[in-house]
Amino acid sequence: MSVILTAVATLGAIGAGSAGILYLISQKFKVEEDPRIQEVQDALPAANCGGCGFPGCAAFAAACVKAESLEELNCPVGGQETMDRVAAILGQTASKTAKKIAVVRCSGTCEERPRLNLYDGATNCSIAAALYGGDTGCSFGCLGLGDCEESCAFDAIHINPETMLPEVVEDKCTACGACVKACPKDIIELRKQGPKSRRIYVSCVNKDKGAVAKKACNVACIGCGKCQQVCPFDAITIENNLAYIDDDKCRLCRKCVVVCPTHSILELHFPPRKETPPPAKEEAANATA
Amino acid sequence: MEQKLIVSPSPHVHSGDTIPRNMYAVLIALIPAFLVALYTFRLDALLITALSVLFCVGFEYLIVRFVMKKEPAILDGSAIITGVLLAFNVPSNLPVWILALGALFAIGVVKLSFGGLGNNIFNPAIAGRIFLLISFPAQMTSWPATAIAGEATDAVSSATVLGLLKHSPEALPALQQMFLGFESGSLGEMSAAALLLGLVYLLWRRVITWHIPFTILATVALFTGILFLIDPLPQYNPLIHLFSGGLMLGAVFMATDYVTSPLTKKGMIIYGAGIGFITVAIRLWGAYPEGISFAILLMNAFTPLINTYTTPKRFGEAVKHG
Amino acid sequence: MLKSFHIGGIHPKENKLSAGMAIQPIAVPAQVIIPLSQHIGAPCQPVVKKGDKVKVGTLIGKSVGFVSAQIYSSVSGTVLKIDKAMDASGYKRDAVFIKVEEDEWEEHIDRSEALVTECNLTAKEILDKIAAAGIVGMGGATFPTHVKLTPPPGMKAEVLIINGVECEPYLTSDHQLMMEKSDEILVGITIVMKALNVQKAIIGIENNKKDAVALFTQKAKAYPGIGVQPLKVQYPQGGEKQLIDALTGRQVPSGALPISVGAVVQNVGTLFAVYEAVQKNKPLVERVVTVTGKEVQRPCNLRARIGTPLTTLIDAAGGVPESTGKVISGGPMMGKALASIDIPVTKGTSGILIVPTLEAKRKAMKDCIRCGKCVQVCPMGLNPTLLMTLTEYEVWDRAEKNAITDCIECGSCSYTCPADRPLLDYIRLGKGKVNGIIRARKN
Repeated sequence: MSVILTAVATLGAIGAGSAGILYLISQKFKVEEDPRIQEVQDALPAANCGGCGFPGCAAFAAACVKAESLEELNCPVGGQETMDRVAAILGQTASKTAKKIAVVRCSGTCEERPRLNLYDGATNCSIAAALYGGDTGCSFGCLGLGDCEESCAFDAIHINPETMLPEVVEDKCTACGACVKACPKDIIELRKQGPKSRRIYVSCVNKDKGAVAKKACNVACIGCGKCQQVCPFDAITIENNLAYIDDDKCRLCRKCVVVCPTHSILELHFPPRKETPPPAKEEAANATA
Repeated sequence: MEQKLIVSPSPHVHSGDTIPRNMYAVLIALIPAFLVALYTFRLDALLITALSVLFCVGFEYLIVRFVMKKEPAILDGSAIITGVLLAFNVPSNLPVWILALGALFAIGVVKLSFGGLGNNIFNPAIAGRIFLLISFPAQMTSWPATAIAGEATDAVSSATVLGLLKHSPEALPALQQMFLGFESGSLGEMSAAALLLGLVYLLWRRVITWHIPFTILATVALFTGILFLIDPLPQYNPLIHLFSGGLMLGAVFMATDYVTSPLTKKGMIIYGAGIGFITVAIRLWGAYPEGISFAILLMNAFTPLINTYTTPKRFGEAVKHG
Repeated sequence: MLKSFHIGGIHPKENKLSAGMAIQPIAVPAQVIIPLSQHIGAPCQPVVKKGDKVKVGTLIGKSVGFVSAQIYSSVSGTVLKIDKAMDASGYKRDAVFIKVEEDEWEEHIDRSEALVTECNLTAKEILDKIAAAGIVGMGGATFPTHVKLTPPPGMKAEVLIINGVECEPYLTSDHQLMMEKSDEILVGITIVMKALNVQKAIIGIENNKKDAVALFTQKAKAYPGIGVQPLKVQYPQGGEKQLIDALTGRQVPSGALPISVGAVVQNVGTLFAVYEAVQKNKPLVERVVTVTGKEVQRPCNLRARIGTPLTTLIDAAGGVPESTGKVISGGPMMGKALASIDIPVTKGTSGILIVPTLEAKRKAMKDCIRCGKCVQVCPMGLNPTLLMTLTEYEVWDRAEKNAITDCIECGSCSYTCPADRPLLDYIRLGKGKVNGIIRARKN
């Protein structure tokens, strides 16, 4: 009997002592934290993707609480809904941001852009880009080695083995921007997703002169300027033989798409056209029709 | 020249060294020890070794193919080495089903569950041996009397040198007999001479460097040597320690396993010294007569830590002005 | 006694197929393309325009900034255009296209073969002449020579080291140049010694070139202060830091320049160019190029004008073999694989190596077995397998701590790896990223 008693007493004493020490330590090293940080963090998607520009959701939450206005802060993954909730916790108003999506600005498939040499180094776009211009005549286009796919935390971008180009999965992409940073050729851009996912963009980043670009790739922008002339909203600029459509100004009229001689301007998710000029991208139109 | 040019970053030449080349060199280095085992235990040695290799390669193939669903690379030779080393670490009269269990544990649990060759933390053969030693102590420690020592080969249990050292030092065999390897013990650990021959081959082929085996043996000799000088008892005799038990097999073939040993020379020396020290400590003061496998296993666990804290000697670190 | 560097090193097959082949001048082509960026540093500004007549030695590209090197016409003729042309990296860069007519040289260039040993210029005048001639490191690094010969303030050179190692397998252009132009090179050494105000020079030559060692040992006796040291055949013996270590026993500390241990290293080809520039007023318009490869019909050493198409050189060696899989500008360890052979010879083209398809492809990479062989061979004492992993996982702070920026990109790690891992591919990437981070931190 005494053995049991001794054991219980000893263990009890050790337990009580340890509890006391733990309590004292926790008091001594207690960190005063604004309780709202945890609240904000709970409202965030916990993807820790870094798309907001902060190292993880906790840091973003701290930044939100600290900031005087939420104007500069945006969680691309959670979107407007999340930012509104964060704003509600902090008693502020979130700025209105249009939903964005990653857009791959290269259409140089194996067919359109013939391979001129065989790359045999490590499967990594950054390594290939630092080495040389790439395995095609276009030294601006996609290398197809999948740094974007590797960087995506949402499984939203994949290299299509047939075209060797990345494709964005629309409903998974959170516009966190990881792939934009990962791409050594600056091909991927975050653009407005557009109403009903309808958007128009120049799917090329080649800055070579027209003839050189066209020789390397059938669907390269040759900087001819036809799209610029036809655009009624002044949304298209041409710099270094390359057209760029400003998505703030673009009103999705689709005039530029028709006049592009190399079909390097893409339109996505539009209903089929009624007029006579044949649609440039039938499959894309059919997908939503 | 119609085909496309190949473009890759430099360098554009390769030494031609391959993983199989290194693995098969280890197998060749194990041949002398195998011949001694064959001479001592006759057909039992062949049977146990062949079955162990068969089990290891078979389990590797089946698990990689059907569980991990990858293309098995059994020809790289690593599973064969695990098989041979496992066989060399068990008595020649071990029941086959126990051997199979050891192979399954070594390959399935210790090697493949970590991702296969290159990713395992512990040496599969060592871990397999320890698994068997703890699970089947009786079968793992009843060695048959050798053909030389006891005329009749059939199941007469005989003690190993280290067992004798622990319990009855007066019955020890002569030193040169230990060195050549006709004392009793596990299959491949018998002959220090044959194992040293393997070491010379490995060093010559530059498969391993001297650092690990040398530091292990030196630490064992030094540690026991100091004790022997203080108190010259046979259980402290450094020569007996060097040439008995699994020390030589462990130091040359198991501790030098690429995957589970440190990368840098400094690291290798720390690792080797640790193994030597723990081995002697277990042999002298532990419950088991032999400690090399526990020592290697423990130091395997320290390898990542050693790799983190030892850096190679950098160029320009010690600036000479001469 | 043979000297060598003290850490790591490998022994690749030498394959010096073109050894002993006399340097042959190659005919001036019908058209040359002279890139405006043939050196490390700022690209040159063109100073000619379409339709201009030029002679051999006419300035066509003016250097902008200190770290840059002038570019001269290597032929006489008419400027066709200034346009983008593909360079060795497959990117298109500005270049001057010249249609060749006759072979007229600028009058001030002394084209005689006579050896001019006397040099009465001051150090400053020598440096100006070197800078004006557009001389760069001819070993392949193409760093402007006048910059290297101007020590930063407060630093003083004590010894000039001449790199006659040519440790790259296959290449023999330096070796052959040493055999044919030993006097010129020695005069070049005295000129550079004067420019640096040093009394001592050591010529390091790998011991697989015993004839060059003997020749220079004998001829250097006439030049006070110049010594010859045979070196062990081991790669990368010709690495700048390794060579200083081998010859002087001093190791350049991490991140420092060779001048910090009082050494300046120059390649034999550069010294020959210095001789021609200072004594003969000849700017850098041609160079020796080794054309070699196991399947090449006639491996040879050619003297070619800058801007000559590579195809012309390859044709002179018997044409592109049927089996060709890879064409490398430079040697097999550090050279650049070319995406196309339609590019011109530049100041840094030390060799053209043609590799058969069978030897050109890398093997598939396996998991690291942690054998530590890369650690053993790294001449900088780094841990390549760790650095590759840190780069893969973008752990830049640890990569910096483990001295990724010390890597000299010699390729010994990838060469050795039994698991065929592309160690250097990743380390090079990581080194670039970490250097960027360090620069950003300084600003």
